[in-house]
Amino acid sequence: MDFGLNEQQEMMQTLARDFLVGEYSDKVLKAMVKDEKGYTPELWKKMMEMNLMGLSLPEKYGGVGDFLDLIVVLEEMGRVCFLGPYFSTVVLGASAIMEAGNDAQKQKLLTGIAEGKLIVTLALTESSAKYTADAIKMKATPQGSDFILSGTKLFVPDAHVADYIICAARTAATENPQEGITLFIVDVNTPGVTCKQLKTIAGDKQCEVAFDNVKVTGDDALGEIDRGWAGVEKVLQRANVARCAEMVGLAQQALKMTLDYAKERIAFGHPIGAFQSIQHRCADMLIDVEGSRFATYQAAWRINEGLSAAKEAAAAKAWVSQACRRVMNSAHQVHGAIGFSEDHLLHYYTKRARAYEFSFGGVEYQLKQLAEKYT
Amino acid sequence: MDFKFSPEEEAFRKEVAALLEKEVPAEYREKRLTFFDMSAQHDWIKVHRRLAEKLGEKGWLSMHWPVEYGGKGVSPFYRLILREELSRYHSPGYDSIGVGIIAPALLLKGSDEQKKRHLPGIASGKVIWCETLSEPNHGSDLAAIEVFAKEEADCFVVNGQKIWTTNGHFADWNALIARTDRAANPNYRGLTFFLVDMKTTGITVNPIINMAGHHEFNEVFFEDVRIPRENIVGGQNKGWYVVMSLLDYERTTDTVYAIAETYIEDLAEYARENGLLNPVMENRLAQLRVDCEVARLLHYRVTWMQSQEMVPNYESAMSKMFSFELHQRVSEFGMELAGQYSQLTEGSAHVPMFGRIPSCYLRSFGYSLEQGTSEIDRDVIAQRGLGLPRLR
Repeated sequence: MDFGLNEQQEMMQTLARDFLVGEYSDKVLKAMVKDEKGYTPELWKKMMEMNLMGLSLPEKYGGVGDFLDLIVVLEEMGRVCFLGPYFSTVVLGASAIMEAGNDAQKQKLLTGIAEGKLIVTLALTESSAKYTADAIKMKATPQGSDFILSGTKLFVPDAHVADYIICAARTAATENPQEGITLFIVDVNTPGVTCKQLKTIAGDKQCEVAFDNVKVTGDDALGEIDRGWAGVEKVLQRANVARCAEMVGLAQQALKMTLDYAKERIAFGHPIGAFQSIQHRCADMLIDVEGSRFATYQAAWRINEGLSAAKEAAAAKAWVSQACRRVMNSAHQVHGAIGFSEDHLLHYYTKRARAYEFSFGGVEYQLKQLAEKYT
Repeated sequence: MDFKFSPEEEAFRKEVAALLEKEVPAEYREKRLTFFDMSAQHDWIKVHRRLAEKLGEKGWLSMHWPVEYGGKGVSPFYRLILREELSRYHSPGYDSIGVGIIAPALLLKGSDEQKKRHLPGIASGKVIWCETLSEPNHGSDLAAIEVFAKEEADCFVVNGQKIWTTNGHFADWNALIARTDRAANPNYRGLTFFLVDMKTTGITVNPIINMAGHHEFNEVFFEDVRIPRENIVGGQNKGWYVVMSLLDYERTTDTVYAIAETYIEDLAEYARENGLLNPVMENRLAQLRVDCEVARLLHYRVTWMQSQEMVPNYESAMSKMFSFELHQRVSEFGMELAGQYSQLTEGSAHVPMFGRIPSCYLRSFGYSLEQGTSEIDRDVIAQRGLGLPRLR
């Protein structure tokens, strides 16, 4: 049993923290939320130079480090409320390709990702906004050796800046909804692909992507035809745990802001942090932050070791989501009216936490998964 | 990061399970008693002592102690595994106070003589301990205690009343905190920590029955009780520091998440067998399991810190409080699940699960009070963990 970080992880943590503190000020965050793209190519290039793009990818495709290193970095990104297509590319896109891709696809796409040249995302959800297999309704109709994609994907992160969208579509009508699903790599410049940004509370970039008779070849299929779902489940597991890491960072930072404020704000002749009513809220926040961190690390460690992690990942996402809500609520309460104002930074964290909670299956979904597996 | 037990630890777990399989009375396992409600059994003290001696014979109660004091110097995860298995097998036999609290406090603060005198008894499972800390007028504000130990030539003479003394009715030895200087300012600098033979003349123990109907704790009266000077631990008027380190251990000794976990599984089984599972109840059960997972991790973190010779502080208050409050939620959920049937007590017609549902529930009111209230735990987390300022 070891609850600590190893040397490599500590190094990554320091590296990422120093980098983000320097590059991702409050001002940058506020600008990026309003920015149409949500990131700048200059920052992207710097991240690439720090080898962040290849994190957790196989070495032969230019990758470095493992999933735990990535988790540590994502936690740091959460602390600054980082915005941009990093998660989409390195967690969603890269995971799907690693999970299901053939060597040629890996060579082209993973190498491109590691070199910072490609932005890739994953399109799963449709109008039902669910992450179950039966929610994949979009059709991919065979036509010779090609497939014609028709349908609309919703809540697709960063599709507006992506080079490729990995898209789950139905290639066969089957009784078991988990069968008949195929993943396709779609070049966003293919005729018939249109992307529209949704307006979200957190200002993170999520899109509606319409596929109007989009033609892809059999070579664009990622993994076996009709058998894509197993890979999707693995990707969802990684995505949920990675989201948890970001939420741990969000919650940690919200707690820090709250403590700083509670120590300096004077009322009735004392810093408000000296009052038990405030202290007990803060104590509960720390439990939520540390409980979230260990639940996340445990699930991440199991994934990294190649062990089954369905239970731990679902438990982590369910708990971290709720803990994060509690932390944000308490942070606002302690801050009082100042935290309620748009000028203050806190609401960026509150909003982002909700967006992350809903991505890849919210609390109800995760608990249902657990109930089905363990009762 | 590493979230698994070593092969040696897993082997130890199997060894413990094999012994408990053989030794735990069938009735305890059939009724699935927990650490917190087995004291209601008529033969509890006898079974508790018998099993304690079994565990002592194996050397398991002291295996995480240093070799020079009879331990094997293994990691504290062995202690944790032992307690997890005891929970899983519904077994008594672990003296939370003697083994869990007094022994580590003695190892840390005791004189060489005290260690030699008392540790073997604790390790053997033959000497059971209690601690007298709280008084009728002083609970959370422990530093204000009044029971007085008057210094004489060769001893201290104690007078006054202590209360909420768990296992006081059968313990062989007692750890007492008493005032030795009434003028000390701040008041905690006037406290001394004593080891007291419960057979000493002048000690009277009266039972207090809790709202679950169990006899766990007692009130203890001291009337001219003479304690030899050599029974002071940590120095005269320096008892507060012993108590503080003792509380750090007290908050780490019980694996309450493991008890809660077995109870959750029992309730799930009861729900399945009685057609009570619906999406709402399934969701509630899943939520409790998730909470339990977090409780386990918070406890493992504390044990890991101990294994690295770090001293857990706010971390143990956090783990203890979270686990106890979780167990409260589980106990309350049991009542909700069983509905009308949850009112039925052991021996009643139609009673489910031998009456454990109300027994666990009623006992659970103490969980946020014992070993320091949840409020004190949150104070500790806020002030020591987060560095928030103190008003007092």
